[in-house]
Amino acid sequence: MTDLAEPGAIPLTTRKDWTSDQEVRWCPGCGDYSILAAVQMLLPELGVSRESTVFLSGIGCAARFPYYMNTYGLHSIHGRAPAIATGLAATRPDLDVWVVTGDGDSLSIGGNHLIHALRRNINLTILLFNNQIYGLTKGQYSPTSEVAKVTKSTPFGSLEQPFNPLSLALGAEATFVARTHDMDRKHMMETFRRAHAHRGASFVEIYQNCNVFNDGAFAQITGKDHRSEMLVPLVHGEPIRYGPEGEHGVVLRPDGSISLVEVADVNESELLVHDEHRENPGLAFQLSRLSRGPFEPTPIGVFRDVQRAEYGAEMSRQVEETTVRKGPGNLQDLLRSGSSWTVS
Amino acid sequence: MVTDTTTNHEPPRVLDRVVIRFAGDSGDGMQLAGDRFTTSSALLGNDLATLPDFPAEIRAPAGTLAGVSAFQVHISDHDILTPGDDPNVLVAMNPAALRANLPTLPPGATIIANVDAFDDRNLAKAGFEENPLADGSLSAYTVYEVPMTSITTEVCKEAGVKPRDAERSKNFFALGLISWLYTRPLDATIAWIEARFSSNPMVKEANLRALKAGFHFGETAELFESSYEVRPAPLEPGEYVNVTGNTAVAWGLVAASQVSGLPLFLGTYPITPASDILHELSKHKNFGVRTFQAEDEIAGVGAALGAAFGGALGVTTTSGPGLDLKAETIGLAISLELPLVVVDIQRGGPSTGLPTKTEQGDLLHAMYGRHGEAPLPIVAASTPSHCFDVALEAVRLAVKYRTPVILLSDGYLANGTEPWRLPDVERLPRIDPGFATAPNHTRPDGTEEFWPYVRDETTLARPWAPPGVAGLEHRIGGLEKSDGSGNVAYDGANHERMTRLRAAKIAGIAADIPLMEVDDEQGGATVLVVGWGSTYGAIAAGVRRARALGYQVAHAHLTHLNPFPPNLGDVLRSYHSVLVPEVNLGQLSRLLRAEYLVDAVSFTKVQGVPFRAAEIEAAILHQLDAEARRDDDTGGGWPVSPAGEQ
Repeated sequence: MTDLAEPGAIPLTTRKDWTSDQEVRWCPGCGDYSILAAVQMLLPELGVSRESTVFLSGIGCAARFPYYMNTYGLHSIHGRAPAIATGLAATRPDLDVWVVTGDGDSLSIGGNHLIHALRRNINLTILLFNNQIYGLTKGQYSPTSEVAKVTKSTPFGSLEQPFNPLSLALGAEATFVARTHDMDRKHMMETFRRAHAHRGASFVEIYQNCNVFNDGAFAQITGKDHRSEMLVPLVHGEPIRYGPEGEHGVVLRPDGSISLVEVADVNESELLVHDEHRENPGLAFQLSRLSRGPFEPTPIGVFRDVQRAEYGAEMSRQVEETTVRKGPGNLQDLLRSGSSWTVS
Repeated sequence: MVTDTTTNHEPPRVLDRVVIRFAGDSGDGMQLAGDRFTTSSALLGNDLATLPDFPAEIRAPAGTLAGVSAFQVHISDHDILTPGDDPNVLVAMNPAALRANLPTLPPGATIIANVDAFDDRNLAKAGFEENPLADGSLSAYTVYEVPMTSITTEVCKEAGVKPRDAERSKNFFALGLISWLYTRPLDATIAWIEARFSSNPMVKEANLRALKAGFHFGETAELFESSYEVRPAPLEPGEYVNVTGNTAVAWGLVAASQVSGLPLFLGTYPITPASDILHELSKHKNFGVRTFQAEDEIAGVGAALGAAFGGALGVTTTSGPGLDLKAETIGLAISLELPLVVVDIQRGGPSTGLPTKTEQGDLLHAMYGRHGEAPLPIVAASTPSHCFDVALEAVRLAVKYRTPVILLSDGYLANGTEPWRLPDVERLPRIDPGFATAPNHTRPDGTEEFWPYVRDETTLARPWAPPGVAGLEHRIGGLEKSDGSGNVAYDGANHERMTRLRAAKIAGIAADIPLMEVDDEQGGATVLVVGWGSTYGAIAAGVRRARALGYQVAHAHLTHLNPFPPNLGDVLRSYHSVLVPEVNLGQLSRLLRAEYLVDAVSFTKVQGVPFRAAEIEAAILHQLDAEARRDDDTGGGWPVSPAGEQ
């Protein structure tokens, strides 16, 4: 199957082809709608087929996603989607397997499966809808909720340090790590396109607004009026800068740390040039922590995109090489492979 | 050739059977010695059964009771069913090995002790105040004191091996000695040592020298009056191998993959005593087998289920603690109605329990260990080689009925061995995956679509439609589904219909499994002994012993535990009493009582070891006695037979 259509080719399918007949049941105004639309609009452009596409999810609001896609789909159990997807991707390298998950699903109950899927570099495209709250269970704090968050289960404020999903993914040896947000369809589509094209595990954090239980969690950075000042677009090979006129930027300090600067205050050549393909994930890790939360200038885009052997392909390679070396297995010979004896 | 007949001894005395127990420290190589002796005996054509018995610790403190590792092998010139109740010969490599095994040693048994290890320090560690070899406390036994360590060190020194390393070959000395005593040729063991240690010539030489030294010691030391011979058993003609239950499970799964054409995917997490299935399957990539060592038990079964969704033969292997963790995913598989095989090698529980010891404690867990109404088929293996057949049967049911199936084995079967007459693989029945190929529902407008929950009228199974086929795209999940279309549905009437359909599908398997066969030799028995799983050998042997005393006893042994064979109720009701021996606190007996309203008598033991034939015999006699008392109201106790297995 081809990963990408020829540039300029006319899509053979339309958004409608990728839309199932099931009524979408997220709350009106939920950020999930725009993510669904972005995926449904992107897929016709990828030149992939519906029958070779699988959406797999765990539990949570985001996990209803497969029901709305006119592809193969599996809505599984809480936190386990990366594990289930691992078995599917390892046995069916011909498929495009997407995992749709949320911050509770993949960072709390399913944290173990997420990090191991990333470490093994399973060929999955993982979309993490991060709304920093438990929505389906009606408003408890999540592993990405900020400290002191007051929720139904933390009336005196949450005591827990949140996960930074991108730092976690980078620490888990992920080969593709990106961030986008639900207010920018074009950016989502571009990010998903890149994630899909990557061989191995792709991890995309999507800032997603839960307008019922955590409304406006990202408004300070994703609101139309704030974006240019608050979102730091990462472009491979380009100096990292942002602001309406590109007047702000990121520099690497002599002590190895990175920080925000006014471009006017430094020599432009001192700006950090973004390199997605850097083997060492250190700078990507620093970029993932440039902001302490969605209230400071926050990088979006592809943080890391490196090549590493993909698990399913390697597994297939071992099978094929062993079969060439030993010949296809013969069952009768296998049963004799201990020391056998004959009674006549 | 070292296997030449001895000259300075009487000819070997012929025995019909012997039970030998090799016992030493965990690091002494007793499992290896036992295993090689078993192989030599198998090649000679004996019938045999083995029982490895080792501690959970890899190396418990040397010389202590906690560290004793033993391997019992029963060889005979006739058909046998168990590894033997009590050893006739105990090889004790140190005082702890002697002390740990004395309780099971019947008077008259032979003890071959490594006298070098009976020093003050080892005696103290084993809790002996006096040296039992010297204080007369072993007068009921025939004791041979053999300086195994010093002879081994001496012969290995000539090969240039340091004394400390040379000492490690003493298990081969013991093996050589026992091989002489029971007239086993050394050829197979020599060939094995040469292949196994080919990359380490020094160790190879040391082991060979120790082995031969042991054999020659028996021949020349004039310690033993004679050697013994156990002649070949009249086994059915055919090709045989000696298999463990875990190997047989692994091979059965490979066979199932071959006869179904489904690529085998094992998702699993290492756990005692199931890990050897992973080890075995991971070797067989040229059969298209993919093995995945997951991050945890949940991921193991999850990946297997994901592979099944993709059209592979998804299997997970585990033991009790892992089965706990897999419960939610098994429930999902029941809801998704996808084929999945869950192999549970039971061990002592609850919790970590007795990891290396056997138990039948998970039957009710397999039966009921999920939330909601979540039935699934359960099959259990009776003997090590039966694991092969049961693995095939588990796959057959899983694929045909689109359901997870739990296969129950246990630590005893997993590590125990028996000779297995190889099947002709060409004659193994095929398993048809029966993948969906076309839409199965017509919309009102006449267009075609695929409904994932349209059922086969006979089996009630739904179609299996792995991704990749255009026109069959569908979504399934753990939410309740609408009958037919499979769309999410919350209405109560549909939920009840789906719940009853899922139950009826599993119950209907009863029509697709063999009838319960009863071994009722003379046809006049009043007591029926009903067992399941690994108690087969002990029950069959116990029944033989009761019959040898002139009693009539019947034996029925279950392979299918859910659903039960369709005639089981009639069978149970046709006997005066039903005795159910189990290595748990009475799990099958509860199921039988609940299902058939029969007054099944539970007879149980949970000591981490299999039943002994004598225990089953005693329970049968007790039950016969209870029947007699019920009939004429006279008293009676627990008759116990001292005899060995017949």
